[in-house]
Amino acid sequence: MANFYTDTPQLKHHLNHPLMKRIVELRERNYQDKDKYDYAPMDFEDAMDSYDKVLEIVGEICGDVIAPNAEGVDQEGPTVHNGRVTYASGTQENLDATRNAGLMGMALPRQYGGLNFPIVPYIMAADIVSRADAGFQNLWGLQDCAETLYQFADEDQKNRFLPEVSKGATMSMDLTEPDAGSDLQAVMLKATYNEQEDTWYLNGVKRFITNGDSDIHLVLARSEADSTDGRGLSMFVYDKKSGGVNVRRIENKMGIKGSPTCELVFKNAKAELVGSRRLGLIKYVMSLMNGARLGIMAQAVGLCEAAYQEAYDYAISRRQFGKAIIQFPAVYEMIANIRAKTDASRAMLYETARFVDMYKALDDISKERKLTSEERVELKYYSRLADAFTPLGKGMTTEFANETTYDAIQIHGGSGFMKDYACERLYRDARITNIYEGTTQLQVVAAIRHVTTGTYLNRIKEYEEMPITPELESLRRPLTKMTKMYEKLVEIVTSPKDPEYLDFNARRLVESAGHIVMGYLLLLSANDNPELYRRSAEVYIHFGQNEVIKNYNFVTKFRIEDLGYYKPILNK
Amino acid sequence: MLQSKMRFNIIVLAKQVPDTRNVGKNAMKADGTVNRAALPAIFNPEDLNALEQALQIKDTYPNSKITILTMGPGRAAEVIREGLYRGADEGVLLTDRAFAGADTLATSYALSMAVRKISDFDIIISGRQAIDGDTAQVGPQVAEKLGIPQVTYAENIESIENGRIRIKRRLENGVETVEAPLPIVVTVNSSAQPCRPRNAKLLQKYKHAKTVTERQAENIDYIDIYSERPYLNLIEWGVADVDADVKLCGLSGSPTKVKKIENISFQAKENKVLSDSNEDINELMKELIENHTIG
Repeated sequence: MANFYTDTPQLKHHLNHPLMKRIVELRERNYQDKDKYDYAPMDFEDAMDSYDKVLEIVGEICGDVIAPNAEGVDQEGPTVHNGRVTYASGTQENLDATRNAGLMGMALPRQYGGLNFPIVPYIMAADIVSRADAGFQNLWGLQDCAETLYQFADEDQKNRFLPEVSKGATMSMDLTEPDAGSDLQAVMLKATYNEQEDTWYLNGVKRFITNGDSDIHLVLARSEADSTDGRGLSMFVYDKKSGGVNVRRIENKMGIKGSPTCELVFKNAKAELVGSRRLGLIKYVMSLMNGARLGIMAQAVGLCEAAYQEAYDYAISRRQFGKAIIQFPAVYEMIANIRAKTDASRAMLYETARFVDMYKALDDISKERKLTSEERVELKYYSRLADAFTPLGKGMTTEFANETTYDAIQIHGGSGFMKDYACERLYRDARITNIYEGTTQLQVVAAIRHVTTGTYLNRIKEYEEMPITPELESLRRPLTKMTKMYEKLVEIVTSPKDPEYLDFNARRLVESAGHIVMGYLLLLSANDNPELYRRSAEVYIHFGQNEVIKNYNFVTKFRIEDLGYYKPILNK
Repeated sequence: MLQSKMRFNIIVLAKQVPDTRNVGKNAMKADGTVNRAALPAIFNPEDLNALEQALQIKDTYPNSKITILTMGPGRAAEVIREGLYRGADEGVLLTDRAFAGADTLATSYALSMAVRKISDFDIIISGRQAIDGDTAQVGPQVAEKLGIPQVTYAENIESIENGRIRIKRRLENGVETVEAPLPIVVTVNSSAQPCRPRNAKLLQKYKHAKTVTERQAENIDYIDIYSERPYLNLIEWGVADVDADVKLCGLSGSPTKVKKIENISFQAKENKVLSDSNEDINELMKELIENHTIG
């Protein structure tokens, strides 16, 4: 009888952000669907009311079905037989519940059977689902792939595939191969065009494919036989009903065990080209990955929330030395830090989601009509911010998911090491979040140019200008100090113009920017809702300040020639 | 009504009840009665099991129609909306001051009169009992008043063929499968499948559905939609609408009188010392199975 939406007031706080008015207006094209669809909103208030009520359904299913199933799913896991995957029984129940509740195709337009929700409420559902079972979020969240079809497929393909997704067809994105992980340019899966049949055939192997036995696959394959790099890759859509793809094995993983990670064999699998040849990696996968990264951020936030709930409940009830262990400073510091990191991660998630919402809605509208000059400026502004915040947020939040779940076990002491408590599962589930959809190290690679070009600093300066109540001034001061240190750090690291030295320190710069951004987001949240956020803002800024100082000390005491001590000795 | 057909008219009797499962300290009033104001009002849990059975029939025979029938104060319209969000087609709220204070006899009279007014029905399904009264009498009494068969303690409606319905019953000592002709009253146990969740599209479609009284009492934001979308007007019937005899309704129609209510606090008075011998453990297991603590 738990509701994972209504029991977390932080969610409503983010749902009701002032920018939502503009986001919903754009997304709903001034509410034109209301005469065509009986479930379309009449106006902004009506739309917001619908998001709230639908999220309540999500919260109920998560509290009553998905969370109680999580332990069984973790133990049972999926199985593979004759090339086909069978989900754990709990996973199947979860899928049935989310389908029955109409929670598939949430962000797709109504003409394809979707709910036409903006990214913010959609990603909020992902946040809630992840708290219930991070592994299930992978299956449910793969409906994201439909967004890529919506953006790049032709009208006929959209009409055939998208309504299926809204009805509950599962999806997968088949990108990685044994020799193409982080480096997708090395993808080998062969796509051959048969002129007589006017059809493409796929042959080869894909590895580490989440939900690889899905109904609809997006496949990255080499369509240009003579090519060797990313420019020879195209995107295809494969319908399971056509046949030709078998699951050879599923991986035995450390965490997210309910989500089948498959090795796929393509044997003359008939597929359709999506969009234009050669743009598979450089355009479509990049867009797909950005959406997926936001989903992983949501997964990280959900895990942080779950870690907090588990840690708090245990620390309140567990008594040692005559009192509840939460009374001890060593324990309550950990709990307060988990709460602060959770709130900071969530603030980051929804800030990023709003940027993505704004630019995607405008980008979509630009295909229907010419944007006004103001809209073009808006589009450019938000698209840059979305581009900058996605890797920064993915990197920061997924590292926090690891830290918070680690601390949740620590709070449980010996019991946390046992399978009896959920925290050990959370810890195992969290471990993948900072690896897949680009490791933290690769997020830093994507984020560093926004350090050097000043995207983060500009946004930080905007936060600095936002009005706050006088009693919160004491929190703004450390943030301005941190910003000065960050500026100094950027100057030190960029001035020698040595790329290796910059790469070596990139993570320190990106993380420093992250701490400042998240500190500001919590400060601004505390300004709107002091009861909910004041404590976390204080705790996080203490924490973040210390981290920035550490980075500052490292960089200022580091001589460029010290790099030599770190470099590998390869001739051994 | 008896002919075999591929669609069924189903009436689900549903009740809005105080959530007695989450009882706080203000749950009871000083006089020992339930403090309805302090407890959240919910869809009676076994009525949700009943609704699921109805929805499954509709899954098999998509042209079937499900009508939620509920009696209660104006706010009980929420039960109808909850039913619509899950796939019911329409709802009737039976509401009138004259219905207030009804015991099971007066309740089943009022409900049966409403069913007569709906007239075209094949199956009436309700939960076995409501969590506020725990009587399990209303369903059977409705069947008696309508003069049709009843199957109680149903766990699953297995099939409907040639005007006959096959039902699995969950009883104290086992399972029984029975068959009966339509029309029929079925009351459903909590061991039946749980109800499916509310559906996001249906919720958005029906969230503005209101009774006339609700529309008069509240500030309605979207006045035009009630004429454009007839399904948003929830039916509301009073005593006169169902041709009921006012003397047989509500308090005046209720022979049951509560004489006295006593508060009972449970205390652990007895204790037993068990050895770790097999005999003692077997004895304990038997006792626990017998009093239904386990098994």
